[in-house]
Amino acid sequence: MRATCWMGTKDIQVRNVPDPKILNPDDAIVRITSTAICGSDLHLYNGFIPSMEKGDIMGHEFMGEVVEVGRDVKKLKVGDRVVVPFPIACGHCMNCESHLYSVCENSNPNAWMAEKLWGYSPAAIYGYSHMLGGYAGGQAEYARVPYADVGPIKIPDGMPDEQVLFLSDIFPTGYMGADNCNIKRGDTIAVWGCGPVGQFAIKSAFLLGAERVIAIDRFPYRLKMASEQGGAETINYAEVDSVPEALREMTGGRGPDACIDAVGMEAHGMGLIGAYDRAKQAMMLETDRIIALREAILSCRNGGTVSVIGVYGGFVDKFPFGAVVNRSLTIKAGQAHVQHYMKPLLEHIQKGDIDPSFVITHRLNLNDAASGYSTFLNKQDECMKVVLRP
Amino acid sequence: MARQNTGAGENRGAIRNRGRSGENGERLAQGLGWFSLGLGLAQIAAPGEMARLIGVPDDDENRQMMRAVGMREVASGLGILSQPHPEGWVWARVGGDVMDLSLLGGAWASDRTDKERVAAATVAVVGVMALDLLCGRQLTEHDADDASAGRQGVGGRDHARSVEDQRWSGAVHVRKSITINRPPEELYRFWRDFDNLPRFMTHMEEIRKLDDKRSHWKARGVAGFTVEWDAEITEDVPNERIAWASVAGSSVHNAGSVTFKQRPANRGTVVEVEMRVDPPGGAIGAKIAKLFGKEPVQQVADHLRAFKQIVETGHLTRSDTSFALVRHPARPPSKLPEAVEAELRTGTYQGAKS
Ligand SMILES: NC(=O)c1ccc[n+]([C@@H]2O[C@H](COP(=O)([O-])OP(=O)(O)OC[C@H]3O[C@@H](n4cnc5c(N)ncnc54)[C@H](O)[C@@H]3O)[C@@H](O)[C@H]2O)c1
Ligand SMILES: [Zn+2]
Ligand SMILES: [Zn+2]
Repeated sequence: MRATCWMGTKDIQVRNVPDPKILNPDDAIVRITSTAICGSDLHLYNGFIPSMEKGDIMGHEFMGEVVEVGRDVKKLKVGDRVVVPFPIACGHCMNCESHLYSVCENSNPNAWMAEKLWGYSPAAIYGYSHMLGGYAGGQAEYARVPYADVGPIKIPDGMPDEQVLFLSDIFPTGYMGADNCNIKRGDTIAVWGCGPVGQFAIKSAFLLGAERVIAIDRFPYRLKMASEQGGAETINYAEVDSVPEALREMTGGRGPDACIDAVGMEAHGMGLIGAYDRAKQAMMLETDRIIALREAILSCRNGGTVSVIGVYGGFVDKFPFGAVVNRSLTIKAGQAHVQHYMKPLLEHIQKGDIDPSFVITHRLNLNDAASGYSTFLNKQDECMKVVLRP
Repeated sequence: MARQNTGAGENRGAIRNRGRSGENGERLAQGLGWFSLGLGLAQIAAPGEMARLIGVPDDDENRQMMRAVGMREVASGLGILSQPHPEGWVWARVGGDVMDLSLLGGAWASDRTDKERVAAATVAVVGVMALDLLCGRQLTEHDADDASAGRQGVGGRDHARSVEDQRWSGAVHVRKSITINRPPEELYRFWRDFDNLPRFMTHMEEIRKLDDKRSHWKARGVAGFTVEWDAEITEDVPNERIAWASVAGSSVHNAGSVTFKQRPANRGTVVEVEMRVDPPGGAIGAKIAKLFGKEPVQQVADHLRAFKQIVETGHLTRSDTSFALVRHPARPPSKLPEAVEAELRTGTYQGAKS
C-alpha cells in the first residue's frame, strides 16, 4: 500500500510499504477513506519528538471502512464505516474503565522508553514515535486498528467523511480543553492559538456555556475564522505590547476565568523572549518553548484554571510556578481522552450544533502529503486544515 | 559488600569515601559521554564503514541497524554530557550495550559474517560495557549515599543495599510488583497453571509438569544457549500465594514467590514477585548472565507487564515494531516470525514474541 513516511526532519515521502495484517484477535483492518494532518504531526515533522525512525508511517486522524476483523471482534463487522480515535486504548485497564483512555496502561509495548522520560507511560498513539508504541499511522491506504471493539465509532450512512473525520482528534481535543475549564455561566475563556485545535476549543467553550471567548494568534486569517466562525473576540499578539495586559483590560482588571493553551511546544515568541527560548531549544537546554503557556498562567484570574491541550514533550524553562501556587490556579492537561467524547460529540454534529468541516481549507490526494505538510507548516495559502484522500 | 548502619562515625567515613568514588564516576561519565558521541556520529555518518569494520555484511538492513545504534549512542552521549546527574543516561548506555551484544550475538549466528571481526567487536563492546557498569555503579552508590546521608532512615539504606545486592553479589534478588484490574482468584488460577507461564515469560522455551508439585523448566538465553532445571512448589495458598524453588542439584539455584493481594475500592489486585537466583559461577556468572541477557529486574518487570496485558486484554500488546530483533520503522512488518504466523493460523495465542 501507499503510506506517508517520516524520512527525517522536514522530509515526508509517500512510499510503498507492506499491507497491515491482523496481529491480535481483537484487531481490525480499516481501508482509509479520509485522513488529516494535525498540528501534532508538525512537531514530528520539525523533529521535536524523540524516538522517530526513518520510514515510520505518520498520521493519527483517520477514518474509513472495515475490511477485515480478527476472530474476537464483536461489535464491528466488515463494511462498517468508522472513525478511529488517535489514542490506542485497551478498554480493560483501570484508566480505560475510568475513561482516561489516553493514559491506557496496556497499549504501549514500548512503555519502558516513555518511563525513562516521563516516569510512567501514557497510551500509545498511531504514527507518533516509538516511545509511544511504534504503531504505523493512518496517513496511508490501510491501517491496523487494535482493540477494535473499544476505539472506533460507527458512523451512520449519509454523514459525509468531512463532517465526522475530526471526531478522531481535534474536535474532542478542543472540547476537552474547554471541558477542563469547568465553565460556569458568565465565564470568559481565553484561547491561545487559533489553529484547528484552538478553533474547536473556541466553539466548545460556547457549547459549554461560556459567555465570552477571547482568541489569541498572529495570523489574520486564523483570527478571522475565530471571530467569524467561532464568535470570539480576538487579540493579535504581534500588535499588542503585552497579551496579559490586553486581557486584563478586556476583562475589567480581573483576567479570564480560564485560559486554554492550544499552541504547544513550538510556540512563537516576539522580541527578546522569543529569541531566548528559540536559542535554548536549539541548544537542547530546554525541549519545549512555553511562551504561550507562560502568558496563559500570568493572565488567568486568581483561582482560575489553565487548561493545556497544546502538546509538550520534555522540560521547560522559566515556568512561573509561583503564580500558580500563590494565586490558587488549577492546571489541567492531557492528550485527549477521545473515546470518552466521541459519542456525545457525534450527537452534537447530528443535531446540527456544529459542522466540524468548517476548518478544512485543503483537500489533497495522499500522494501530495509532502506538499500538504509544508503548506500547513508555513501557513501558505491561508491553510488551516489539510485532508488527504488515499 | 555488606553495609550496616552501625553508627554515625562509620557512616560519615563511608560517605566521604564514596563521595570520592562519585567524583571519579562523574569524570568517567564525561569520558563515556564523548565516546558515545564519537561512536554514534560515526555509526550515523558512515554506517557502511562501521558495519564492515565490525564484520557484518554492508547491506541495507545492517546499515539501518547501525544508524539506529548510532542514534542511541548520540542520544545517550548528549544525555551524559548535558545532565548534571548523568546516572540515568549511563544506565541507558548499559542497556544500549546489551542491545549491541544481542545484535552481535545475532551476527554470530549468521553465516555471512566475518567471525573474527565480530569477535573483536564483541570484545570491544564488552570492554566499553565494563566501563559503563563501573561508572553506573559508582554514580549510583554516590546517589544512594546522598539520599541516605539526608535520611538516616531504614528505607533509604535498605534500598541502597538491595540495589547493591542485585548488582554485585552472586545471588540476584529481585522484587517487583504490578497492579492488575482483575480479582485475585482469577490471577492465581492463571498463574497456577504452569502451561500459561511461557505466554508471558517470553524467554521460557518450555515448562513441563512432572507431577502435581514438580516441573521442568527450560529457559532460552539471548546468545542462543539454554538453561534447564527442575523446580518444586514449596507453598501454595489458593488465591493468595505460590512459592517455588529449584530442587537440590540444579545447575541454577533459584527460589521465588508470587503473591496476589486485593486492594480496596476497585483498585485491582497487587501482584508481587520476589525472586532470588543464584546463577552458575556465582558473582561472575551473574555478571555474564547480565551481559548476555536482560537485567533480571527488567526481565521480571517485563514479565509482569506481559502478564497484565494477557489477563486484562486477552493477549500481548503488539505494535508494528514488536517482532523486529533490530529496530524497525513503525510500518507493517513484511514477514512475521514463524511462531506468530502459526499462532494466527491456529488461533492458539501463545504470545511468543520471536
Ligand atoms: N492534547 C491533545 O490531545 C492534542 C491533540 C491534537 C493536537 N494537540 C496540540 O495542539 C496544538 C495545536 O494544534 P493545531 O493543530 O491547532 O496546530 P497549529 O500549528 O495549526 O496551531 C498552532 C497555532 O498557535 C499559534 N501560536 C504560535 N505561537 C503562539 C503564541 N505565542 N501565542 C498565541 N498563538 C500562538 C500559531 O500561529 C498557530 O496558529 C499542538 O501543540 C498540537 O500538538 C494536542
Ligand atoms: Zn492530533
Ligand atoms: Zn487500557
